[in-house]
Parts: sequence; C-alpha cells; structure tokens
Amino acid sequence: MTPSSTRRKPAARRRSARPDRKAWTFLGPFLAVYLFAMILPICYAIYQSLLKVERSGPLGLGEPKVTFAGLENYTLALEQTAFLEGFGRVLLFGAVQVPVMLLLALVLALLLDQVKDRWAGLLRATYFLPYGIPGVIATLLWGFLYVPGISPINDLLAELGFQPDFLGYDSVLWSIANIVVWEFTGYNMLIIVAQLKSIPQELYEAARIDGAGPWQVALRIKLPLVRPALILTCVFSIIGTMQLFAEPLVLKKLAPAVTNDYTPNLSAYFDAFANANVYLAAAKSVLLAVAAMVLSFGFLSLVGRSRKEDR
Amino acid sequence: MTAARMRTGLRPGRILLVAFLALAAGYFLLPVYWLAVAATKSNESLYGSFGLWFDNPRLWHNLSQVFTYNDHIYPRWALNSLLYAGAGAVLATLLSAAAGFALAKYRFRGREAVFKCVLAGVLLPSTALALPLYLMFNKIGLTNTYWGVLIPSMVSPFGVYLCRIYAEAAVPDNLLEAARVDGASEERIFGTVVLRLMTPALVTVFLFQFVHIWNNYFLPLVMLSDDRKYPITLGLVTWERAADRTAELTQYTVGGAFVSVIPLAVAMLVLQRYWRTGLTEGSVKE
Repeated sequence: MTPSSTRRKPAARRRSARPDRKAWTFLGPFLAVYLFAMILPICYAIYQSLLKVERSGPLGLGEPKVTFAGLENYTLALEQTAFLEGFGRVLLFGAVQVPVMLLLALVLALLLDQVKDRWAGLLRATYFLPYGIPGVIATLLWGFLYVPGISPINDLLAELGFQPDFLGYDSVLWSIANIVVWEFTGYNMLIIVAQLKSIPQELYEAARIDGAGPWQVALRIKLPLVRPALILTCVFSIIGTMQLFAEPLVLKKLAPAVTNDYTPNLSAYFDAFANANVYLAAAKSVLLAVAAMVLSFGFLSLVGRSRKEDR
Repeated sequence: MTAARMRTGLRPGRILLVAFLALAAGYFLLPVYWLAVAATKSNESLYGSFGLWFDNPRLWHNLSQVFTYNDHIYPRWALNSLLYAGAGAVLATLLSAAAGFALAKYRFRGREAVFKCVLAGVLLPSTALALPLYLMFNKIGLTNTYWGVLIPSMVSPFGVYLCRIYAEAAVPDNLLEAARVDGASEERIFGTVVLRLMTPALVTVFLFQFVHIWNNYFLPLVMLSDDRKYPITLGLVTWERAADRTAELTQYTVGGAFVSVIPLAVAMLVLQRYWRTGLTEGSVKE
C-alpha cells in the first residue's frame, strides 16, 4: 500500500507520505449513508411527483394504472387555494415570529454580557433549557396552558376580567408562534453569545477609554460584530418556519381552526396518509423544499448585497 | 469596588436590566414549572385546582401508573428513544469524524465538490426530507422497522462540517507525518491519535445529533406504525389523542412528559460548555 521504495528520497517521500487516496476510505461510510438517506430520497420524491394514478373503464372503476403525469401534480397543488393559503400563513407567521424571536435572543445575549459570570451562566442555561424539550412535548405543555379549565393563565386572566381565547380562529397562529419562540430563543441566543465571546476584550477596553457607555458599546461595537451570527440564525429560522409541522399537528385536536391544510407540510402529510395521494404529496414536498431554498438563498444574497453597499 | 458596585446597583437601568432578565427566566421556566406541579396531581385536580400550586401531591403513585399502563409501554418508548438517539448519534458522530478528517487532511480531486454537497445538506431541513424518505423506504420495505428511523439519523452534514473545521485546527500535519514514518496505517492513526485530538468536537456533534433525533417527530411519525417501536414523543401524542375516551390518559401524558423532560433538562444544564464550543467552532466561523 505505502510505496516503501520512495522512502529513500526525502523529497519524494514528502509527497507520497500522505496517501491521499485513503481519503475515500474515510469518506466512504458517510457518503454511502448520505447518498442513501438524503440524495436518493430526494431524487425518488422528484420522480414520484411526476407520476399519477389513472383509472380506466366506466366510472373510473377499472384497474388503476400509474402513468407519467408531467407537471400535472404541480399545477394541481398550485391550484389548491387551501395549499396556497397555507404558504401565505407560514410566510405571515415567519414575518412576525422570526424578528420577534431574534430580537429577544439578541437583547438577552447583550444583556447577559452585562451580568456577573456566575449569574450569567445560570440564566443562559435557563433560557437554553427549552431547546432540549421536543417540539411536540413543548406543544403538549403549552396546549395545557392554553386550554380553559386546566390553564392557570386563563384562570389568572379571568380574575382580572379577561376572557382570553388562545385557540380561536384568529389567535391560534400566534399561540403557535409563542411556542416556537419559547423553544428556539435560547438556542439562537447561544449562537449570538458564542460570537460575542469571540470578540477580543481589548476592543471593549478601547471603547471604554474613548468614553463609550455600555449602551453605546452594545449598539456601536457588539451589534455590528454579531452580524454573522444574526444572519445565520435568521436563515435557519426561515427554513424552520417554512417547515412548520409538529406544533400545528398537535394543537389540531384543541383548535378547530387548524385544518389539514394549515401549513404546506401538514397538507403534504395529509395528502400522503389521509388522502392516499403520494404523488401529489411528493410534488408538495418538492415545492416546499424549493421555496425554503429560494427564501434562504434570497435572504443571503440580499444581505450580501447590502454589505457590499456598506463598504 | 464596593462603592462602584453600590452605585451601579442603585441605577434604575440596572434594576430594569435585572427585572427583564428575571422576567425572561420566568417565561422560559413557566411551562416546566407547571409540568412539575401537574405531574403530582390527580386527574380531577388537574382540572379542579389552580395550575401553579400543589393539590394533594402524589407523584410516585402517578409515575408508577405511567410506567405500568398498557403492559409497561412507556418504559419501552423511553428505551426506543434512547436507542434511536443514542445509537444514531454515536454512528453519526463516527461517520462525521472520519469524513471531516478526510476533508481536512487529504488533498484529492473532488474534495471541494464533496464539501459543497455536505453544506447543501446542512441547509436542507429534516422535516422536508421525512416524506421523501418515507416514499423511498416504503418501496424497499424499510418502513415500520428500527432501521427506518436509525439510518436517516446516522447522517449529520453539520457534524461533518464541524469536524472538518475542528480537524484542520486541532490535528497537526507533522504529527500525522511522524506517525506515518513510524509505519502506522492511516486507519490506525485515525483510531488512536486523531479521534483523541478531536474529542471536544465529537462530544458537541454527539450532543447536537442526540437532541436532534430525540426531538424529531415527523420522521418516526411517518416511518412507524407499530406503537411498540415508537419513541416517547410519538407515544405521548397517542396518549393525548386517546384522552377523549380514556380520561386518565391526560394525567399519564403529563406524567410521561415530566419523566422525559428531566434527563434532558439536566443534560442541558450540565453540558452547557460543550454546546457553546460547538456553536463557536461551527456556526460562526466562516
């Protein structure tokens, strides 16, 4: 395997000492699973999205036959008002929930920087805690906190004369937004904190000597420096929002407003499992993945452009 | 020092800061606190008493019912969750370590192409993949098997990315060369020297993947139909759904959620350092 004859020449040995071909031995296992469990399913879903079931004979009662459908499933999906409304809903959801969550994460990260280390560590852990709780369990918990009869929040607000309806037609979307904020603020905060810790302390010292107060340091120095972290968290949040699934599915039982087409992902799921139309479901999955990609790349290029203009 | 602290302690800005941070802590702890209280209640006082305070606590009684209901299905779900998340995360970490090491320390054709492919995988969310995976696995008969959940859990593009960055910085080239001159095979070098040098990154990859699999709902939901193969998440939702017919299942759902949250909560607090290492190394560096 290792060419021992080249050992005599130092120059040649230097090149052959690193058997670069071995790289594939190390990459092999990962690539095999990656191809099998990521690339192949995507290709198969795209292929499935181009098929349909055709029934022949009188009244369509004949033998069902799978045939090539072209882009029929895509046009069918895009003609479904409910599916498109689901898209609109997650976009509206994201436009409100992502900024609120990231602002909260940013504020918490900046404020924690002002607190003594011991307390900061404890608070950071507290804020990060919900990330370890599965989304469905978080939704079950908040579900109990939304349902009249069990919810202490409803009880307390009733004492004050309010009759909140967290699961109503107009409010349930924002009740879901609250669950997502609760789950992921701490995670995003930690990414920002990590970036803050990588800023050299001398920078703060210099600013303080120049007479900058804590607020000025936060706004003028820290904020621009955590920009990469904010961009990253924003991209991941946009992708996550488009995929909204578990939270509305679990709340469905409590809130009649959550229909089968409430989000695009729910719609695809119910097409595959309740309506037994896997081909349409595949088309919707592909549309959803493409939309998420377009949005996140669009956002990245937007950020890239504004950065260039800054310079 | 004390004078300065007193002065800052009295500033209204300082009070506002502490108040805001405390309020935020209250918000993030509220559901967990409610859960801890609710887990001690009977099904009746779950509805009949104020949610934020105890009422005839009987935690052990509740938990023993959670564990024994339906032929001990809850402990089975817990073991399934541990198997999916534990085995999946270990395998994902090893595959990522090997791939990340290869991308960092060898020069070969196609290296950048492979890396770009991995990066694209980071951006592809797992929920977008669940249905396509189901369609394909259904075709080849892998649905409703442990493998149906385990195989997709073994892939962590983020882990490869993190391991590559970490290996570049933490594994010195001359150390590898010295080991080669001594006649060690590449596999041996990786198994003994490299893995040890990469340990901090490996712990982080393991943690992220563990929580990722533990929290995943869509994938087991579409893959599994036999409830004895369910992870906790899927099982608890089934209980909650069935609570309309069997009222005490509401209490079992609460108790089951409580038991499942505790180990993860402890892990979050104790292992905080590793989370941050991962985020500093992986996400923020360009």
